[in-house]
Amino acid sequence: MLKYVSRRILYTTILLLIVSLSIFYIFDLIPMDPARLICSKQCTPALVEANRHRLGLDVSVIEQWWRFIVGLFAGRTFGEDGIGQFCSAPALGYSFPRHECVTTIVANAFPFTLSLAVGAFIMWISVGVSLGVLSARKKGKFADRAASVFVLVGTSLPTFISGILILLFIVLKFNLVNPLELGDWHNPFTEPIGWLNTFFFPCATLALAYAATYTRFTRSNVIETSSEDYIRTARAKGLTERVILRKHTLRAALAPIVTIAGLDFAGLLGGAVITEGIFGLNGLGKLSIKAVTQTYDLPIIVATTLIASTLVLVANLLVDITYAFIDPRVRAE
Amino acid sequence: MSKFLEVRNLNVSFPTEDGMVRASNGVTYSVGLGETLAIVGESGSGKSVSNLAVMGLHNPTRTEISGEAILNLKSGSVDVISADTETVRKLRGKEMAMIFQDPMSALHPFFSIGDQIAEAWHLYNKGSKADGKNKALEMLELVGIPDAAKRINDFPHQFSGGMRQRAMIAMALVNNPSLLIADEPTTALDVTVQSQILSLLKELQIKFNMAIILITHDLGVVAEFADRICVMYGGRIVEDGTVEDIFYQPKHPYTLGLLNSVPRITAGTSHRLKAIPGQPPSLINLPKGCSFAPRCEYTSKVAGGKCSTEVPTLDVKNAGHLSRCFLSTESLNNLVKDKA
Repeated sequence: MLKYVSRRILYTTILLLIVSLSIFYIFDLIPMDPARLICSKQCTPALVEANRHRLGLDVSVIEQWWRFIVGLFAGRTFGEDGIGQFCSAPALGYSFPRHECVTTIVANAFPFTLSLAVGAFIMWISVGVSLGVLSARKKGKFADRAASVFVLVGTSLPTFISGILILLFIVLKFNLVNPLELGDWHNPFTEPIGWLNTFFFPCATLALAYAATYTRFTRSNVIETSSEDYIRTARAKGLTERVILRKHTLRAALAPIVTIAGLDFAGLLGGAVITEGIFGLNGLGKLSIKAVTQTYDLPIIVATTLIASTLVLVANLLVDITYAFIDPRVRAE
Repeated sequence: MSKFLEVRNLNVSFPTEDGMVRASNGVTYSVGLGETLAIVGESGSGKSVSNLAVMGLHNPTRTEISGEAILNLKSGSVDVISADTETVRKLRGKEMAMIFQDPMSALHPFFSIGDQIAEAWHLYNKGSKADGKNKALEMLELVGIPDAAKRINDFPHQFSGGMRQRAMIAMALVNNPSLLIADEPTTALDVTVQSQILSLLKELQIKFNMAIILITHDLGVVAEFADRICVMYGGRIVEDGTVEDIFYQPKHPYTLGLLNSVPRITAGTSHRLKAIPGQPPSLINLPKGCSFAPRCEYTSKVAGGKCSTEVPTLDVKNAGHLSRCFLSTESLNNLVKDKA
């Protein structure tokens, strides 16, 4: 097991290095020059060159990437020698348009994204799994049909529709949240009510689509597992239906859900662009969209992209390790 | 004297979109303590379906069951077909147990062998976790798992096929049931392992004085193991007799066909096996008369073409030997002789 985990960690690290290098190459290929963008109207080639040097773009891509990696561990001074800005480790870069270390910007945005992801995750897992189990047990009956209506609505409504509908016709119509306080940050541990005020509806919006998919997935897994021979064995032993469902069926039926849940959660931690946009949450999604479309803030784009891919890879690793604990057949190898 | 299990006129059907699948039609058999009944037949003959009905393992919403299956317990008789589900559940594992064809898929892949056996024991016995584990260990030793103390925490995938079936047997017998239904217990196993499992079952049967119902399509397995044999075809029992009756004086053309299709070591190399022509009947549209008639070579010998219009009854042909055929014993014997 230890060998398996350490090997997986090694692979994940290598993969992350490759991903980060690729991101630097991709941004090098984009036909837009940050050095020219921050140049004033009386731009001369000499000024552009100076800017390029200041931004650290005058060296090869490999060199830029290597400086980035070193900065991650040792901190880094950005800009000209002497008057440069120092960002302490882990330095993800320096945003010249915002005059701030990217690490600080990301650290301010991350609590929004994390709150949104955690809240939505709890909602969609509890709703999706319990509805799925319910409709599997009542297959073909009213509860199952009602659940499939929910599934249909949830999967066919895109977040940008459902989010706006929830915002306009529930949140604002019934004055559930003061529009001026929409998107305000509250610490969930010290101000749980304020936190719920900000995050309940965005989480619900996000959870709606996921819960629908998970309902469907849980339902089919439970139905499939129920027809396994070992469930018949459990019944032949004389176990009650309750124990068969809770212990024997769910254990096997929910194992694959752990996999996709882990990956979906990690995906959300990279930022939920649309939901954050609708509810005015200054999370990672909003941050990257702004950096791409408005300020063309390369260091921020690099940082958010890398964070998202790191989270997905780490989640993958965690899911695989968790799975080995759930399924003894995986452990053996 | 009444036997431990008496199944009378058991019908099991499954409603489907294409029509009613009549998997078991008026099946009657019985088995006493210490006795082994073999139920023989090809796939779809209704042998598993009838016994799953006895165990109460059919999905009640998708199955129609009628008839009687009476367990004569010390505390009185119970008809498991008409009894409520909770009563039948409490009999499962305690009074009647079942083992299945493929022990790999019949054991839960996520729980250790020891846990699965202990779980069955805890259901009907009060005791600590350690007691359950000790009981599981005792059972694993009883069924001949080598190094049982070490293997008890293994998972099913770490066991070999034969050991898995031994573990299944240990789990089924942990509460000392009076009836064990073994549904093709050796079909998925190697031939050498098959005989080990069968002798283990025989040994445990004597030890626990159990009634065993052995469901199989392998006549070789039946010969050395069973006391009585029921041959099933198209959801009906077509012949019922002792092992000697069935093997030496078969009284139904289907049994004859089955016996002819088994290779015999004395027959020599030039002897070709004879297959029964045709296909088993569809259980949705059973032939109007005898369900074997379309494949039977003797239908022309029965007066008035009765075979295709009337279902023959299961008649006593000899003491304790029943067959569902219009032909008398003599005429069948003569016909067989003529052919040979």
